[in-house]
Amino acid sequence: MNNDLLFDFTIDKAAKTIFITREFNAELPLVWDAFTRQEILDQWAAPAPLRAKTKYMNFEVGGRRFYAMIMPDGEERWSLQKYTSITPKTNFKLYNTFADKDENPELPGSEWDHNFSEQNGITKVSIAIFNESLERMEKLSDGFRLGYTAMLKSLEELLAALSQK
Amino acid sequence: MKQDIFQAIADPTRRAILTLLTIQALTPNVMAEKFDMSRQAVSKHIKVLHECELIKPEQSGREIYYHFNEKKMQELDNWIAQLRRNWETQFNQLDKVLSSIKEQKK
Repeated sequence: MNNDLLFDFTIDKAAKTIFITREFNAELPLVWDAFTRQEILDQWAAPAPLRAKTKYMNFEVGGRRFYAMIMPDGEERWSLQKYTSITPKTNFKLYNTFADKDENPELPGSEWDHNFSEQNGITKVSIAIFNESLERMEKLSDGFRLGYTAMLKSLEELLAALSQK
Repeated sequence: MKQDIFQAIADPTRRAILTLLTIQALTPNVMAEKFDMSRQAVSKHIKVLHECELIKPEQSGREIYYHFNEKKMQELDNWIAQLRRNWETQFNQLDKVLSSIKEQKK
């Protein structure tokens, strides 16, 4: 089913911007809610085995979402998002920074621009993420490092189990 | 300070230098000639590219040749591929969330 839905991911290195486009088999209001309501965001907005936990979220211009990505070992990585512009069911923009657990942001952050459109019951979401620096972006792939560590660990266990035979 | 690899690639002249170096290793003098730049300007670009390990120097007789460091570029590509997979994973999760919400509404 998902195979028919568009997924596009490109990085414009010169513009320091990531472009992500994805179609969803659902009507626009539902997809909009999935991106703008805390209880739905927390169900999907971290790549497994990581999970997202939102401490609070005020979806309004000037409002914030303070949330953590939780690693498989329980380690929490906090981020702070500030909504800078909202056009209901069409577009919203936010400024994202990593933060410590006391909500102190680690600058610089990145600017996220989300666009929503619907055609024949399929909703297209286009996201542009402008990053000031790659070093900052590389932190995003912490999940990779941890995922890799977890994989090596299970390989280790597997090898240990095999060698006992 | 170590250079930001994105910053290094963002410059069109440095991208052109890298492209040229993928074909052959060059000395700073030849680079200056090919790009019609001062030796000083070339040195600046070389410094940035070298600091983020996109190129590496190799002494050959009296000359220093700069080589394209494929490994570093590969690291960058791997990182981008991983970032892409992370988004893909999240969106596949969202597909499931959306269909379960639709199911509940029925």
